[in-house]
Amino acid sequence: MEFTLLILIIPLFMFLFLALAGHKLKPGIAGVAGTVGMAVVTVLSYTAAYIYFFDTTTIDGIYQKITPLSVEWLRFTDRLHIDLGILLDPISVMMLVVITTVSLMVHLYSIGYMRGEKGFQRYYAFLSLFSFSMLGLVVATNIFQMYIFWELVGVSSYLLIGFYYTKPSAVTASKKAFIVTRFADLGFLVGILILSYYTGTFDFDLLTADKGSLVISSTAGVSFLGISAVTWAMTLIFMGGAGKSAMFPLHIWLPDAMEGPTPVSALIHAATMVVAGVYLVARLFPVYFFATPETLTLIAYTGAFTALFAAIIAITQTDIKRVLAFSTISQIAYMMVALGVSSFDGHDGLGYMASMFHLFTHAFFKALLFLGAGAVIHAVHSNEISEMGGLRKYMPVTSITFMIACLAISGIPPFSGFFSKDEILAATHHHDMALYIVLLVVAGLTAFYMFRLYFGIFHGKEREYHHTPHEAPWIMLVPLVFLAVLSCVTGLIPFSEFVSGDRKPFDSHIDWNIAIQGIIVAVTGIVFASLLYRKNSEKPAKIAAKFGILYTAAVKKFYLDEVWLFITKKMIFKYISTPIAWFDRYVIDGTMNLTGRSTEKLAWIIRDFQSGKVQSYAWIFIIGVMIITILALCL
Amino acid sequence: MIPMEYYLIISMVMFFAGIYGFIARKNLLAILISLELILNSVEINFSVFNRYLYPEHLEGMFFSLFGIAVSAAETAVAIAIIINVYRIRQDIDVRHIDKMKN
Repeated sequence: MEFTLLILIIPLFMFLFLALAGHKLKPGIAGVAGTVGMAVVTVLSYTAAYIYFFDTTTIDGIYQKITPLSVEWLRFTDRLHIDLGILLDPISVMMLVVITTVSLMVHLYSIGYMRGEKGFQRYYAFLSLFSFSMLGLVVATNIFQMYIFWELVGVSSYLLIGFYYTKPSAVTASKKAFIVTRFADLGFLVGILILSYYTGTFDFDLLTADKGSLVISSTAGVSFLGISAVTWAMTLIFMGGAGKSAMFPLHIWLPDAMEGPTPVSALIHAATMVVAGVYLVARLFPVYFFATPETLTLIAYTGAFTALFAAIIAITQTDIKRVLAFSTISQIAYMMVALGVSSFDGHDGLGYMASMFHLFTHAFFKALLFLGAGAVIHAVHSNEISEMGGLRKYMPVTSITFMIACLAISGIPPFSGFFSKDEILAATHHHDMALYIVLLVVAGLTAFYMFRLYFGIFHGKEREYHHTPHEAPWIMLVPLVFLAVLSCVTGLIPFSEFVSGDRKPFDSHIDWNIAIQGIIVAVTGIVFASLLYRKNSEKPAKIAAKFGILYTAAVKKFYLDEVWLFITKKMIFKYISTPIAWFDRYVIDGTMNLTGRSTEKLAWIIRDFQSGKVQSYAWIFIIGVMIITILALCL
Repeated sequence: MIPMEYYLIISMVMFFAGIYGFIARKNLLAILISLELILNSVEINFSVFNRYLYPEHLEGMFFSLFGIAVSAAETAVAIAIIINVYRIRQDIDVRHIDKMKN
């Protein structure tokens, strides 16, 4: 399996090539080069997945972890060293497939979408950088390697959000995304340090081996502020994951990140990077489950709250990309809940498998939704839902694929979202009834806001368009159709045969009792949406008016941005940063300036010693001799 | 016998006169002469100490002779330099000879 190294090297090479030599290429060639590179990587990933799942011997039916490559990079002690390597196990192989597929589709789509944009080559260079970082993240053999690539995806996300760097809103959004996730990553880093301090290793294999016994034994009895060290460590690590995966209250960067080009949103802020947090928790799942079940509970409740919170906001937003952004937050929170309620072994590990399954299916239909939204934006040159309507006549393919994605995310059989969502609901149902009800409500809201979006764009009253909207070029339609096909069929994959908490395949069946509840809720959501938004009417506005303050609050995203601004600007900046800045400016800088100035002053005084006049030298020499003599006589 | 202090007083006067001249005079030749004064005062000291403290030895005397020879050679070099300076600048005021620095 050594060839998996190529999966990392090709995008890295593509990045270097396009970044260094891109400006000499024609834009079209740069785009094609990036896409071809990505296609090769995709083929390699599929091969790796095929070999891993079908052609590798399993021991007692358990998929083995394979490490085709591991190089020691930094050595601290005999046990504590940072390696760089490739780890193949069911979830990393699954992620390889997801990332390369979506990335390839986005590469292809961008050739059409970004045509004629300034900095086209730069765009492809960044896409390659992102693909490289994300692939490196999922195959990381140890938590530190993961952290390195984790930061790299953060940087590429920053670069791509700020792609239109002449637009102030994009610049602000990119900074916001970077700072918020960086703040969360601080927790991640501290968590890593605590964990490695006690266990003496970064390696995932050692950390998760044998039901996390290493972690449990090495941190036994250590606690801080009444909470055990391992809980601190794992909660802080989860904080990093919550930042990247936009969990409440660290989700504020994701809606703003929609300032980036739409294909970027599809790739980074819907399908791949934002699920890194889920992947991180899944990666360390045995540690969470066996060592700190309370953190897992925290994850479940954070997830449930975020899911509901984001779904409510999504209903009220009018920018189609923002609706999708909040829907992404909500769906990722779904995955977090599933992890939070999961157990480890066999069928009890349903939540784990459901989470990964939803990650898998969600990546495709959410990427499809974003790419569809991109096609619409491309046609009408606006993000606002109010400036769209009746587009299904002009854009039949986009309309149908968007419809498929909406059905998939709403959880209507036989589309993929139904299967994964059903598993999540089933897992939650077994574990915690309150969470189950929350998720069920969220499922209904999801169906509602997705079809609000769908009807708002493709049905309803036709607007006055500056020029007749036209269907996107074929190069943008191919990814749409391909992803639509995936959204139809991926749900049929017997996912539990491949991915499970203990890596041992198990049978999962659709629990029709729960599935029917899910379907009923989803259909209700769709029916409401169609009543309200299919035909142009005054009803939505009236309902909004009834909710009054609640509606306004949801439109304003429950003022969370303002709360954060208040905390940072009014509290931290004013009462912590300003005094520190004052201290730095006047005390530290002052000391340094004093040293510098006094040296300068002294130099002005003694520069006459070197006048070049022989007699003044002699004079100084004699005075010196006399002083020494006097001193010698006195002492 | 003349007391040693008499010699030493003369030598001291010569020495400080030389130093004063070295610092105060502006003419290179005068400075050179001041330098000779300093050297000679030192040589007087050598002879005197030799004569009074170790009459049976002659090292001090020889050192004085040696010093005279060295100072003659040094004077020759210095005169040569001064002549060259004069040829270039038509001026041997020491205050103006600071081209190496300014």
